[in-house]
Parts: sequence; C-alpha cells; structure tokens
Amino acid sequence: MTDAAIDTTRGAGAPNYLTAGTRVRSWLLSTDHKRIAILYFATITVFFMIGGAAATLMRMELFTPEADVVSADGYNKLFTLHGVIMVFFFLVPAIPTTLGNFILPLAIGARDMAFPRVNLISWYLTLSGGMLALASMLLGGVDTGWTFYTPYSSVYSNSYVTLAALGVFISGFGNIATGVNFIVTVHTQRAPGLGWRRLPLFVWSIYATSIIFVLGTPALAVALLMVVVERLFGLGLLDPARGGDPILFQHVFWFYSHPAVYIMVLPAMGVVTEVITCFARRRVFGYTMMVGAMLAIAVVSFFVWGHHMFVSGQSLYASLIFSFLSFVIAVPSAIKVFNWTATLYGGHITFESPMLYAMGFVGLFTLGGLTGLFLASVPIDVHVHDTYFIVAHFHYIMVGGSVAAFFAGLHFWWPKITGRTYNERMARAAAILMFLGFNFTFFPQFIVGYLGMPRRYHVYLDQFQVWNVASSLGAVILAAAYILPLCYLGWSLIGGHKAGDDPWEATGLEWQTSSPPPEHNFERLPLVTEEAYAYHEKHEHPKERGGGNQDSQGTGHRTRQERSGGRHGPGPHADNPAGGGR
Amino acid sequence: MTPESVHAAEPNQPFLRWSRQREATTFGLWIFLASEMVFFGALMMGYAMHRYLWPDAFEVAGAHTNIWYGSINTAILLTSSATMAVAAWAARDGLRRTVLTGLGLTAALGMAFLVLKGFEYREDFNEDLIPGIVAFPLDPPQTQIFFSYYWMMTGIHAVHLTIGIGAVLTVAWVVAKGRTDWTQSGTLHGLALYWHLIDVIWIFLYPLLYLVGRG
Repeated sequence: MTDAAIDTTRGAGAPNYLTAGTRVRSWLLSTDHKRIAILYFATITVFFMIGGAAATLMRMELFTPEADVVSADGYNKLFTLHGVIMVFFFLVPAIPTTLGNFILPLAIGARDMAFPRVNLISWYLTLSGGMLALASMLLGGVDTGWTFYTPYSSVYSNSYVTLAALGVFISGFGNIATGVNFIVTVHTQRAPGLGWRRLPLFVWSIYATSIIFVLGTPALAVALLMVVVERLFGLGLLDPARGGDPILFQHVFWFYSHPAVYIMVLPAMGVVTEVITCFARRRVFGYTMMVGAMLAIAVVSFFVWGHHMFVSGQSLYASLIFSFLSFVIAVPSAIKVFNWTATLYGGHITFESPMLYAMGFVGLFTLGGLTGLFLASVPIDVHVHDTYFIVAHFHYIMVGGSVAAFFAGLHFWWPKITGRTYNERMARAAAILMFLGFNFTFFPQFIVGYLGMPRRYHVYLDQFQVWNVASSLGAVILAAAYILPLCYLGWSLIGGHKAGDDPWEATGLEWQTSSPPPEHNFERLPLVTEEAYAYHEKHEHPKERGGGNQDSQGTGHRTRQERSGGRHGPGPHADNPAGGGR
Repeated sequence: MTPESVHAAEPNQPFLRWSRQREATTFGLWIFLASEMVFFGALMMGYAMHRYLWPDAFEVAGAHTNIWYGSINTAILLTSSATMAVAAWAARDGLRRTVLTGLGLTAALGMAFLVLKGFEYREDFNEDLIPGIVAFPLDPPQTQIFFSYYWMMTGIHAVHLTIGIGAVLTVAWVVAKGRTDWTQSGTLHGLALYWHLIDVIWIFLYPLLYLVGRG
C-alpha cells in the first residue's frame, strides 16, 4: 500500500515528532500529545502484560477441578490483580489515552491538545496510580476482587486494599483531566471549516467518553475514599454496626463503574467506524444517528447502574426501572451495529488486518450485547448472577469488543504513528487467531456459567471440567494472538517499509500530514471543505467541495485526489487559522 | 510557529489568539467544576440518605459542631471570594497592583480559614468526636455517621482550599514576574472560578453541618 509520494513533506530537515529530541528528558517532560500518547502506550502495554499473566495463571489453575497451581487465597489475589490492572489501568485508559491522544488533535487539524501540560500531568497521575496499585499487589496482594465490595474490603480483608484503592483513586484524577482536555480541545481546536457535523465519529466517540470521564470518575473516587477512610481512620459510612450502609458503596461504585464499561466501548465504536468506512470505501450510514447513539449511550449509561445489584437487596421497583433502562441502552448500541452493517452494503470491501479486527469487534460486541439483554432482565440475572455467564458476557464486551477495536485502531494508525508498515500477512493471521482464540476461550464460559459454575472459585465440580479445559486451551491461542503483534509490530520499527502519508487512502485530516507527523502536526493548518468519510464520490455535492488538486501526488485514486489540495504545499507553518494554506 | 519565536506576549501553545485561550481556560474550568460537583454531590447524596434514615441521631450530633467557628469561617470565605473577584476583574483592566493586593488578601483569608479550622479540629479532638473510637461521647451510635460526614466533607474541602491557596500564590507570582500576559490569558478568571467553587461548596456544608442540629 505504500506509494511514491512519501518524502515530499519532509524537506529541509524538518524533524518529525520522533526525531525532534532524543534525550530521555525530551520524552518524560514532553508536552507533545503524540509523545504523551507513546508514553501511555508503553505504560498500558506493560499493564496489559501483567494483567494477562495473572489471567494465564488463573486459566492454568482452572485446567483441572482440583487446586493444583495456587491456593484459594492466591487465586483470590490473582483475579483481583487481573481485574484491577485490566479495568483501571488498561481498558479504561487504553483507546482514549493512546489512540485518542495521538489521533484526535490530528483528526481535527489541531496543533496539540488544548492543555498540553495538563496532558502530561495526566500521564504522571495514571502512572503513579498504577505504580501504587502494582505495589499493593507485589507487597502481598489484594483479595477483594476489582469491585472492592464492602464490608469485606472495609472491615475484614487483611490485604493491601488501601494502597490499591488509593492507586485507582489517583489515576482517576488523570482520567478526569484527560476528559476535560479532550472536551475543550474538540470545542476550541478544530480546523477552519470543521463544523460539528463534519467531525469524524472517532472524535465524537472520544468526546462522549470524556463526558463519562468527567461526570463518572468522581463517584468512583468517593466510593473508594469511603473504604479508605474507614480502614485508616475508622469512619463508619459503610459500617452497619453504626448505622452505615455497605450497599451505599455498591451504588456509588457502580454509578461510575457501569458508565466505565462505556468508557471502554465508546472509543472502540469510534475506531471501528473509521476502519469500516475506510475499508468499505463508503460514507458511514446514518452519521447523525451514529452521533446521537453515542451521546445517548453516554447519558443513559449513568442510569443503569442498579442492574449490578439485582441480588443486593435493592427495592423490587428499583430493579424494574433499572431493568427497563438497561434494555433502553441497548437501542443506541443496536443502532450502531445496524449502521455499520448498512455502511458495508454496496461498499468495495477489502479485508486488511484493521478491517478483520473491526469485523471481529462487530460480531463479538453483538454477542456480548445480546447476552447483556439476557442479564438486563431480572429473573435471568438472578439465576446466573455471579456465574461464568457474567464473566463470559463482559469479556465479550471488554475483550472481544474493546481490545479487538484497540488492535484495529493500532493496526490502522500504526503507519501514521511510526511511519512504517508492518507485515500484513502476519497481522491478518493474528487478527483471525485472536477471533478464534477469543471465542474458544470465552464461549464455553457462557455454557458452564449457565450450567451453574460460580465465578471466583479456584476449584469446581468435575462435570464442568470439559468446558474449562476448552477455555484454558482457547486462552493459549488467545495469548499467542496477543504476543504475535508485539513481534511483527516491533519488527516493523526496525525493518518496516516507509508507510507514506496515507497508505490506506483514507479520508480524515490525520492522513493529510506526513507519517510520522511533524512536531506541530501540520506544515500548514488544513482547511476542511467537506464532511467526514467522503469515500464515495457519487454521494457528494459538487458545490460543497472546495480546494483544487494543485499538488496532488497522483495515486490514481479519485477520492485521494479530491482531498489532497493544499496538502504538500511549501511555505511556513500557518499561523493564521483562517488562512488554511490556500 | 517554532518554539524559539514564542515569547511572553503570545498565547500559550497551541493557541493562536488570546481570545481562544481565554475561552478555553474558562470553559475547561467549568467542565472541571462539573466533575467536582459530582464528587461533593456523591457525599451530599449519602448525607441525605443517612439523615433520612437517622433523623434523630443527626439532630443530636449536629448540635455538637461549633457554630462559632463555622459562622466566622463562612464570613471569611465569602470575603475571600469578594477579594478574588476584585483581582479577576482588575486583571482585565491591567491593574497590576490591585490584582496583587486582591490575590494576597484572598490567600491570607484562605489561610485564616484553615487556621480557624485547625483550632476547631483540635476542639473536636479534645471532645472525642472521632468516629470509631470506643468512647464516642454521643448516643445513638448513628451520631458517628454524622461525624463521619463532618470529617470527610470538611477534610476534602480543606484539601481543595489548600490547593486553591497554592494556586493563588502561584498566579500572584506569575503576575508579579510578568511571566505571561495575564491581562489577556484568562488565568485569573479560571482561578476565580475554582476559588468560588470552594466557596460555594462551603455554603452548602455550612447549613448541613452547623445549622441542621439547631432547628
């Protein structure tokens, strides 16, 4: 997919963001959103591997019904480690802080985030929170599960709950700052001509996610703080002996932690939209509905938390309402699935690796979402509560959905981020392997859960073994599928071909600058003259299209020629936002 | 624009115009304030729930906070908001000395609040109004819930105030040294928004913690 027009923007020794400084200091104190994205990327990759290692040990233990690898206590600490690290330090920050940080300013034609220094501070907050949580695990572990349920966490647990909770608490402020930064950036840094209705859906998805960051995370902070002050100072808000209420913790905790699921999945939806439109060469079907669906999800996600508490003794009427609202939130999610499908219709579909990952996302997200509907209805939830059915359901959303989309985005934007191409054949193999390995691992858990196997036990009845063996074998495949990209993506940094500015011939402003982008993103600030996803020329209105083809590099693709006006022109970096280089 | 060409009279990266930077700073602060509202809102929701469950205990416990400290601190904090507002609006007109005086007074009043709060905490300590200790002086046991909220809410508020004082002093230093064009940057207005939030939260805490038990 490389083309001849690679080096035109890199004249006169203008360094790109990677070569702009080589000292460690120039990375650790960088306020460049692209470098901060790389810092985040390194951080979450390490956390992903730690969380994955814990999962590996759990699947080894569950290979047989007896306890043979770890003790009951060790197993408790393993699944807590896995959950805390994966949820708070991988899944929540994964797409927004890496791909969002890197791509969002480029996609709106900005020179940086609105508050570059705040952006760097956010990374330090996330990192120090992660280090605290990790320290608690290394010192002896936490055995409460990632949900820190009271009164076990506040009164009984003799593990490092305080340290882990403080770690999550601190990284939460990093998330809030990131959310504020994204919202202000989208409001104030858009390129001239880039109206709200022209924003790529990835930008919208990060925007919707940021709303949840800003309004949800403080609730988590309060919930964890209640646990911490009870453990440290003996305050009694969650202590029933003094009139406190352990269920209060669950309410406040899930007020954040259910929307947090949408923190994980909304950016994934944004990534997948970019990928599907590009590889179907189609304008997205129902742009307005896609935006509305994401905003609706962001809002309604705050009103469904009670479906985690159907068996916690909340009022029956509350359960009914939460059940109803949980069905309601499935509607915008379904709209998105239908719109992706309709976008494919009549497209020139090719199956490059990002597209394979994205297709995997749609299928797995749909399955995860449909089982979510089962769980939204009270009788079924009461039946399968705390079984592997739940485990399978949310892994379909979080791993099959979010992680697959993260890989889709990573493969899609890798040439932009690094300026290199990776081995496409290996990448396709990894994408297919991941899809197969994932289903092999988690589909049996639906069955074994429905048969009654409870979660969070290191031993189980003999009759469940066949499903657990299948699941553990699938995990081997899944692990291989995760290690493979590390190899070929790592190799691409050394031996990859130069990618060119726009290897996928995609629309989107990020593809109009060089790969890797220069320090200040654009040689000239772009001027936007058309909607996002102008892949399909016959749907465009000629009168709306601006710009000429003056220095098109001529790839032979119509869409690309139409959009290349003003892209590679010489001249100084535009200081005038209205100038746009024309 | 290369970094070398940036000097004090130009807006911070990535802004091209001062008006945009002002707009972004205040808008960002408003978004952050929304986040803070959820933070304190969650605590106040818990307070409301527990007061509904244990009205008698809350009445007993509410009479044991010190209304003198609370009321004087309310007056101090409201005054500091006035001096903060003076500084913020003087900045727009470039009145450097007024800005510095306003910020100085604001920081001083903020510290006075913390000092008084410290005395109040000492008194609470001496009266054993600490949840979790064996000899908690009040009955029924749910009075401890009230004092759990008291310590948590005033404690978090004090942390916010401490951060606010640090921010005020930092901005005063920036203005004194002329590090940025503070008449244009909107920094003062952003700072004022945060300071007023601290004030507004206290306006809610004051009746919840000091007036409720004295009906």
